[in-house]
Amino acid sequence: MSYFSEIYNGVITLLKGMSVTGKYFLNSRKGAITQQYPDNRDTLKMFERFRGEVIMPHDEKNEHTCTGCQKCEIACPNGSIEIVWDRGIDEYSGKKKKKIDKFVYHLSLCTMCGLCIDVCPTDAIKWGQNFENSVYDRTQLTRVLNRPGSKLRAGVED
Amino acid sequence: MIIGLSITRDIHDWLYGAMPEWAASLTEMVLIALVYLGIFAVAGLFLVLLERRIAAWFQQRLGPNRVGFQGLLQTMADALKLLSKELTGTTKADTFLYNLAPYFVIISSLMALSVFPFTREFQAFDINIGLFFLIAVSSIGVIGILLGGWGSNNKYALIGAMRSGVQTISYELSVGLSLLTMVLLTGTLQLSQIVEVQKSGWLIVQGHIPAIVAFMIFMISGTAETNRAPFDMVEAESELGAGFHTEYSGMKFAYFFLAEFINMFIICAIATTVFFGAWLSPFGITESIPLLGVFWFLLKTLMLVFLMMWFRWTFPRLRIDQLLTLEWKYLLPMNLVNIVIMAVMVWLNLTIKF
Repeated sequence: MSYFSEIYNGVITLLKGMSVTGKYFLNSRKGAITQQYPDNRDTLKMFERFRGEVIMPHDEKNEHTCTGCQKCEIACPNGSIEIVWDRGIDEYSGKKKKKIDKFVYHLSLCTMCGLCIDVCPTDAIKWGQNFENSVYDRTQLTRVLNRPGSKLRAGVED
Repeated sequence: MIIGLSITRDIHDWLYGAMPEWAASLTEMVLIALVYLGIFAVAGLFLVLLERRIAAWFQQRLGPNRVGFQGLLQTMADALKLLSKELTGTTKADTFLYNLAPYFVIISSLMALSVFPFTREFQAFDINIGLFFLIAVSSIGVIGILLGGWGSNNKYALIGAMRSGVQTISYELSVGLSLLTMVLLTGTLQLSQIVEVQKSGWLIVQGHIPAIVAFMIFMISGTAETNRAPFDMVEAESELGAGFHTEYSGMKFAYFFLAEFINMFIICAIATTVFFGAWLSPFGITESIPLLGVFWFLLKTLMLVFLMMWFRWTFPRLRIDQLLTLEWKYLLPMNLVNIVIMAVMVWLNLTIKF
């Protein structure tokens, strides 16, 4: 008798599968997941965990939190981060201290592995959501992440 | 009140009035051939577009919607691209068979297309063994596939072609037997007569349970006949590259591609003619306007085409042994029992007629 129950079960499961896809078909007008990219450029928002490029957030007083510890430079497997640093007088303590001059980031070398961001003790660098990275000249892919005139936020190292 | 499709008769009379008989019949043949080639191309391109849009909707995508209004010209653009492409070939291929194969496929589907009654008197070839002709002709197509696979001298193509042979030979049986079940009911093989019979209720209503079983078997084996998913082992992308048309490019590839979709149309048109009353409108609501028969015929056929696309985007591909198990252990015995039931039913006059 298993012959007939097999036929019955087969037909039932096929119909179940068809009802699932049928529901998708009927709801396709509302729920299309396709992004019509160049058209919706203004409203397109990339999702939280998207790895577009490494950025260094600055607050409104033009201060970042990078202490120049160079952990990211060491962690980077292909040398896409170069930190040019200097020693200067710290205005709070009056002592000589290490601080960054330029945080150089080579986007053309970066594999988006995220090790630099994981290793950063002060969360100075983060993932940016920009993905339109094509340029006509590859020198434009070498970026200085800290803005000119920016300095370390007070109290980050405490 | 029959208005009739008098256009065709007018053209016929005018041709025979203006020319000697042999020239007139020759011109008529050429005209009909051109019309059917036109139907072939337009229907093929339209079905490809339909398939792509419907596939997209099943997968919550949008599908091609850029070229022309809602992407209507997309397949036209694709065909143009394929036309302009180089026709490549392999050096060790059997050139004659390799070049011949696409025409086998195309000609068989064109021949099958010619016998359908699109509406009253709109039928190129009303042969009295219509259904038999259809079954016979639609299985010629597999020779094209076998030749293509053999001629291109490619492992994948040959495996694909052999699978196609196995599959078509097996499922041809089910197609034939399920149509035979309905022939028991109609008592004729001529397609126009089959439509006449259905004026007292479509055959799927007249034959109720055995007819529905026969319809299900026909749709399953028809899907297998056209080598579509879930029975698309012939060109299983993940196993064989592209199957029998691996070595084809440009327009020859397009011939195979179009013929595949036309074959799907043909299977659905057979189902429409035999089970759903061809061009007859439901409850005879537009009986007085024969031209609307084309609309009803295409509507029913496209509904069935949609059903086949629904199969394709739902079911996973079968293995070759599962495919043969399905045919020989399940469909064939069911079909034979079904024929007996139908015969008993016709004998005892248990059919539903209005």
